[in-house]
Amino acid sequence: MAEIKFEEALKRLEKIVEELETGELSLDEALRRYQEGIELSRICNQRLESAKKKIDLLVKNKKGELELRPLEDTEKEQ
Amino acid sequence: MPELFGDSSELFGSDKHRLNRRVYTVSEITQDIKLILENTFSEVWVEGEVSNVRPSSAGHCYFSLKDGQALLPAVLFNRAASQVQFKIEDGLKVVCFGNIEVYPPHGKYQLIVEKIEPKGIGSLQLALEQLKAKLEKEGLFSPEHKRPIPYLPSRIGIVTSLSGAAIKDMLKVLDRRFRDIHIIINPVRVQGEGAGQEIAQAIRDFNIFNKSLRAQERIEVLIVGRGGGSIEDLWAFNEEVVARAIYHSEIPVISAVGHERDWTIADLVADLRAATPSVAAELVVPKKEDLRARVLELLSDATRATAQLIQDAKDILDDLTHRLYLSIDNITSRKEETLKNFLKNLVLLSPQNRIQQYIEKLAIFEQGMHLRIGHIVELRQSQYQSLVERLASLNPLAILSRGYSVTFRIKDNSLVKDPTILKIGEGLRTRCYKGEIKSTVTEVKGDGRDKI
Repeated sequence: MAEIKFEEALKRLEKIVEELETGELSLDEALRRYQEGIELSRICNQRLESAKKKIDLLVKNKKGELELRPLEDTEKEQ
Repeated sequence: MPELFGDSSELFGSDKHRLNRRVYTVSEITQDIKLILENTFSEVWVEGEVSNVRPSSAGHCYFSLKDGQALLPAVLFNRAASQVQFKIEDGLKVVCFGNIEVYPPHGKYQLIVEKIEPKGIGSLQLALEQLKAKLEKEGLFSPEHKRPIPYLPSRIGIVTSLSGAAIKDMLKVLDRRFRDIHIIINPVRVQGEGAGQEIAQAIRDFNIFNKSLRAQERIEVLIVGRGGGSIEDLWAFNEEVVARAIYHSEIPVISAVGHERDWTIADLVADLRAATPSVAAELVVPKKEDLRARVLELLSDATRATAQLIQDAKDILDDLTHRLYLSIDNITSRKEETLKNFLKNLVLLSPQNRIQQYIEKLAIFEQGMHLRIGHIVELRQSQYQSLVERLASLNPLAILSRGYSVTFRIKDNSLVKDPTILKIGEGLRTRCYKGEIKSTVTEVKGDGRDKI
């Protein structure tokens, strides 16, 4: 749960809402999902605040293979 | 030339002129014509409609220019042809620049075209229209081919120039927005010779690179674009090679060519067109507030749905409880009914009644019996009375009291009724009222009545 990404958490939350709205879950199961939903919304809000963007360049190395190189490094090289 | 006309005006003149006449060979006159025409029309603009286009395998393009009354053969040699951005087609109105060339072996002249431009419309524009028509026919713009842009992609590939305005604009938008995103830039030149090729290769590279990644690490969307500029600046995004690279990309592509009004071909092929690079970034990276609102909305949906589920469960429970009571009531009252019926029957069947009946009958019997017994007793009493009376009347002692006596033989105590059976000397006992007499027979006399 701690490692879940924002969009995964959001997707999971969406799925939970969908499942709850179909009303096909047992009450016990529904309450469990709801609990999970609350936890997920908490995680989502946390991720929204703490997220950092990451920028890479897609470049070809000497062997001609495609690889990622951080943008900052490239700038330093330049 | 004036000399020539001068000569010709006198062709049918006097004999002197006949004697002076100049007879050309075919080659000579053709040579003269060639010189005259080619000198006169060495740099001309000719306007007309293209017809009868015949491309050659060597890359030359043969065609005719025509108008209502005349036709001019024309050729575009391969070097000039390769510079033409649009396709030369029948019916196209064009303006050609070039020179007239006479070809002596065939006695024909034609226009050697150096430049050709569509009439009334720029050649880039025409080329664009033609490529558009071609790609549309092939289905590159068809809506069925458009893939959905993923919501909230976590990896975004960008094909643009690192030095351009586009990348700065996009990164600025991303800074303002949700930042849990991995951006991968494949830097390319976005204008000038070969830019189209670079852009196309960058798109293909992203697709190749994606195949080496695990599913959850894959680049989910590509933004291909640049900042605004003239149609020439944007030209790379109108190139067929770019269009095909976008079409064949497995990663959905958003085109972001900064030119709000006109659509480039890249815009038409892309799965989504953003008017500018900033807009493209905004399309894939939502605002934090929007996400927060979305999370909140989902949470409240979940709460509402759960509350509804609980309410439903409660309703069901209530209903069941109600039905349970009802059915128990029902069963109870039915059983009660049955019980009552049983009791009624039981009462009907109770021996109490019969016992009562028997008691009553018995009483009647008893009464009858008493009555009868009374009668019988009375009867018996009266019978007895009469018997007593009769007995009394029959009592021999009573008779004795009146003076009668009874004589018995001592021998056998038998009553003597007929004295004739008696023997003389025999002892007798006579019973009187107040005692007995013992005697002996001395004489016997009968009274004459027959012995009984």
